[in-house]
Amino acid sequence: MSLILFAEQVLNGLQLGVMLFLMAAGLTLVFGVMGLINLAHGSLFMIGAFAAAAVAGATGSFLLALMAALAAAAAAGALVELVVIRRLYNRDHLDQVLATFALILIFSEGTRWVFGSFPLFLNIPDYLAGPVTLPGGIQYPFYRLTLILIGLAVALGLFLLISRTRLGIQIRAGENDREMIAALGINISGLYTIVFALGAALAGLAGALVGAIQSVQVGMGEPVLILAFVVIVIGGIGSIKGALIGSILVGLTDTLGGLLLPELFRQFMDSSAASSAGSALASMLIYILMAAVLIVRPTGLFGAKA
Amino acid sequence: MTLKSLAMAASMMAFGTAALGDTHDDAVRVGMITTLSGGGAGLGIDVRDGFMLAIAQSGLENIEVIIEDDQRRPDVAVRLSDEMIQSHDVDVMTGIIWSNLAMAVIPSAVAQDVIYLSPNAGPSQLAGRGCHPNYFNVAWQNDALHEAAGAYANSQGYTNSFILAPNYPAGQDALTGYKRMYEGGLAGELFTELGQTDYASEIAQIRASGADSVFFFLPGGMGIAFVKQFADSGVDIPLIGPAFSFDQGILQAVGADALGIVNTSQWNRDIDNPTNAAFVESFQGEYGRLPSLYASQGFDTANLLISALAVADPSDGDAFRAALAAADFDSTRGDFAFGPNQHPIQDIYVREVIQDGDVFTNRIIGVALEDHGDVYATECSF
Repeated sequence: MSLILFAEQVLNGLQLGVMLFLMAAGLTLVFGVMGLINLAHGSLFMIGAFAAAAVAGATGSFLLALMAALAAAAAAGALVELVVIRRLYNRDHLDQVLATFALILIFSEGTRWVFGSFPLFLNIPDYLAGPVTLPGGIQYPFYRLTLILIGLAVALGLFLLISRTRLGIQIRAGENDREMIAALGINISGLYTIVFALGAALAGLAGALVGAIQSVQVGMGEPVLILAFVVIVIGGIGSIKGALIGSILVGLTDTLGGLLLPELFRQFMDSSAASSAGSALASMLIYILMAAVLIVRPTGLFGAKA
Repeated sequence: MTLKSLAMAASMMAFGTAALGDTHDDAVRVGMITTLSGGGAGLGIDVRDGFMLAIAQSGLENIEVIIEDDQRRPDVAVRLSDEMIQSHDVDVMTGIIWSNLAMAVIPSAVAQDVIYLSPNAGPSQLAGRGCHPNYFNVAWQNDALHEAAGAYANSQGYTNSFILAPNYPAGQDALTGYKRMYEGGLAGELFTELGQTDYASEIAQIRASGADSVFFFLPGGMGIAFVKQFADSGVDIPLIGPAFSFDQGILQAVGADALGIVNTSQWNRDIDNPTNAAFVESFQGEYGRLPSLYASQGFDTANLLISALAVADPSDGDAFRAALAAADFDSTRGDFAFGPNQHPIQDIYVREVIQDGDVFTNRIIGVALEDHGDVYATECSF
């Protein structure tokens, strides 16, 4: 295995990681601030992708498509919070899981009803298409490089929002003591709607960005949702920093594991059996990582002490 | 003979045929369990629409089709199948798309004296030792299209293929099928996760492997993602795959990145026969979209059933099975016959993705395998 291949895979792991971060950030905020398990977060990812595909199809502009994805997912998030989620804060987690699972079904069938059962077309804009040559002779798709930069920029923006703004102070206070900040005169239900819409918008952005290189179809959010849950468990529930570190860890583990394990097995097995066994083990690797982190730190890497 | 008596004779003949058509006093019940919701719904919808189009065109009113959605879940499919056999008393079942669901439903259904006509799934287990006199596959045995891809790779002189498929039974069958025909060496062999949508890592390995061609079996959304990402990666070697990543339903979602890619299929809309031309035109007229290979399979399945019903009644098991095995219907594929294990013997074509106006579609550029059956037939004995 060459160094170039390894370097390319590190970039791929990083790219997967930052896209996971966009999903996990919203999920962890909602769980941290409101104590809510939102299974329908993957549906917001899907809504972002469908909104982007529809707008890109109508206008041909990728930037407009991204804005539409942000707006549609944020609007859907705010609406869901006002109509459904609001009634769930004081219920136990099982009720929340049941209700948000129902939302997945409603969103999936609703999307099929509007857009049909066949996948939609959403492609990379021409100015981002094709590979670029990085120092060291690595050929890497320009679009994926852009995704890494966008992801890191959003992470920086979120850090500043949480640590430097009034809204950020309220969010952090909400995580620590809900009753207290309500008693201090903060409009807690307004805060909840804003946080939920913010998380939804990030998921929608991820859906649109990733939709351009994958397929925009009903049910596309659920596989990502599972990974995002793994990320927030590893990173520590409620911690944005944990979500970022966790996503990059998961991204790198998943990508490099898929490369290195079959390679390792090939040392003592024939090629077919090695790729089959290696990829089977590689797909377990992030769960093994999660289990290991939970053994050492039961609340996750950056989780609050229970 | 006066005009009046001529009219009389004509009307008597009309009565006569009507009476003949009426020999089955109660309706034939067909249970269709297929995938109509979730990520794989496009395939089930196409099969259903193709099937119902043929039923409507036959004008027969004694066929009752009960349609249910399996949600791509084996447990749901099994429950629906029990319900259809036990409470609806169906004579014939059809519709299943996915091999894992087929394995859950078909063996028990055919054991309960129901005729099963598979419009899509063709797992090797049911073609070999697990074959059954009540089970007919109207689409293909799973390996067929992959074997054709291997044969095509030989014809192009590829000697160093990189091959990949999802790590599940049909994926393993796919690589086995390709390797059965392909004579060159392998630059690499990879199993991906089922449902995986990011192939950056695999594409990096393809780039590093120095392969001269890539064979991939990634049906549905997985294929859309792979083709788009491959096109954007700048790796410039030919792709070959079975039709499942290039059917009419998903080509529009891949767009121009798929242009020129060679894929193998038992059907295409430009196969030149009157049945196919009429099918493509009427499907488009009825549903407002071009048919996919899945739609053609549904259409053929219904026409096979109709042809057998004209000869025998399902209650007369042996005669009805013989009528089905004769495959005396006009297939959209042209020549069509059943092998000894009641799986198709048919031509597998090589197609190329083209743009026709603003629609992406396929055209046939050659025949990969003629009158192709499957290797499992020898293991089958009724």
